[in-house]
Amino acid sequence: MKAEIISRAGVYPKLQIPYLLEAVQAGFPSPAQDYVEQQLDLNELCIKHPAATYFVRATGDSMIGAGINDNDVLVVDRALTAQAGDIIIACWNGELTVKELQLKPYPALLSHNQNYPPITLPEDAELDVFGVVSHVIHRFR
Amino acid sequence: MLSIGSAKRAPCFALIDCNNFYVSCERLFRPDLRQRPVLVASNNDGCAVARSAEAKALGIKMGTPLFKIDDLIKQHNIEVFSSNYALYADISNRVMSTIEAMVPQLEVYSIDEAFADLTGVDRSVSLDTFGHQLRNRISDWVGIPTCVGIAPTKTLAKLANYGAKKYPQTGGVVDLSHPQRQRKLLAITPVDEVWGVGRRITERLQRMGISTALQLAEADLKTLRKQFSVVLERTARELRGESCLALEALPASKKQIVVSRSFGSPVLTIESIQAALANFIARAAEKLRYEQQYARQLTVFMRTNPFKQQHPQYSNSVTHSLTQPTQDSRELLALTRNLSERIFRAGYHYNKAGVMLADFYQTGVFQQSLFETNEAKPKSRELMNVLDKVNGKQTGALYFASQQKSSSWHMKRERLSPAYTTRWAEIPRVK
Repeated sequence: MKAEIISRAGVYPKLQIPYLLEAVQAGFPSPAQDYVEQQLDLNELCIKHPAATYFVRATGDSMIGAGINDNDVLVVDRALTAQAGDIIIACWNGELTVKELQLKPYPALLSHNQNYPPITLPEDAELDVFGVVSHVIHRFR
Repeated sequence: MLSIGSAKRAPCFALIDCNNFYVSCERLFRPDLRQRPVLVASNNDGCAVARSAEAKALGIKMGTPLFKIDDLIKQHNIEVFSSNYALYADISNRVMSTIEAMVPQLEVYSIDEAFADLTGVDRSVSLDTFGHQLRNRISDWVGIPTCVGIAPTKTLAKLANYGAKKYPQTGGVVDLSHPQRQRKLLAITPVDEVWGVGRRITERLQRMGISTALQLAEADLKTLRKQFSVVLERTARELRGESCLALEALPASKKQIVVSRSFGSPVLTIESIQAALANFIARAAEKLRYEQQYARQLTVFMRTNPFKQQHPQYSNSVTHSLTQPTQDSRELLALTRNLSERIFRAGYHYNKAGVMLADFYQTGVFQQSLFETNEAKPKSRELMNVLDKVNGKQTGALYFASQQKSSSWHMKRERLSPAYTTRWAEIPRVK
């Protein structure tokens, strides 16, 4: 795999979601300000809808084949409408669970690990989807 | 006044109110609680302050002390939570910013309700449809159920919201733009459900034969003003569809700051009550600086538990006016200590204490007094800045020795749910 350097990362201040509207403080502009480019913000990359975005932590190995490992943080965007093939957080048996949504040939929740059989959904039942997983945050060390 | 140019459009307000807000927050990450009765308790796990529909159906009233319904809780397996303010504040912010993105103007009225200005919205979409769009967006994005009331005045919008909550067949949205619909709802609404009409006014109105909202709307305005106040007259006018209250987009600056708590267990010594008060005044001073105000008046109060009549009762307060307004925690801490000594009496089981800051001045508007100089103030401001900055990153990282961490006065919150959305260690887990 080839890695490409995009830019030097800046120091990211802690960013709260949702963004709160606050008055902009007036101050002395730095003369260098015109030449400063905006630092890259991971929030910008991972969070499209701050008010609709929640973080959850994955436990277990049922989604290991989809690149979700035990203890990974998942970014969940409720503003997205779940489609077939999406990794979603569903409410199932009174619990939150992370699975792939299958609609055809029949609706089911799929694990990405052979040890876990798919959960077939009854045709007429309505699935309670908590949100769509948009990103996985995995820690290597 | 004559408006020149475009004709002035009739105002249109919406009141968006979250359903059983605290309960809805607790349920968000707990699908197992969707159909089960849920209660949220007040500070110190004392009384029910939020109830799910299932809990209401069991006859549990707002404010019921939990110890009185112990059996009911066990019998129906009711889930009880301590108030999780960190969670509710975060979810509230999400609800408000979601609405804000959809409406021309917003007034956040409380943690779970907001007024929106919908003037002109009906040019592109029907108000009823727009109400449903708002409601669905908040439900889809944030996950919180709401009701929407729409009307030409704020008081009617409140009433419309009441109707949307009370009658499920409305689908959670009531549009009262039409005078005929207003009349219909006013006629079947008890007068005590009208915004701003409290228990005492209700009793007096009923004695005059006014028991429905419609009767209040049709009452003689002059009589209302004379026998009650201009406020009630304004309420009647608003019920008639005449808009008297505008949207307050910017919250008015506070006139006073109160920090008080009931204690987890009775407090007997002056040392522990002073430790509690020191925390309260430190918090109050922090709020004061956040509001960029200086206070001249400080009140300290303490009392025993009025519900425990078997113990001797005592309640007292003392107010002190400073020569110079201040926002310096050190000065306020010393004064609080001083004042608490003046009213503390040994031998009582104290159950609540608090501080109140009042008589506010804006930075720099007060005059130098003859006897005190302001020389120490610039340094004071720097010190307080550092304090607030550090504590802004981690609450309670820096504190004064007199505050004494983790004493017995701390709030009892035994059934607190995780800080699902504000602490990494506590985010929801999924399998």
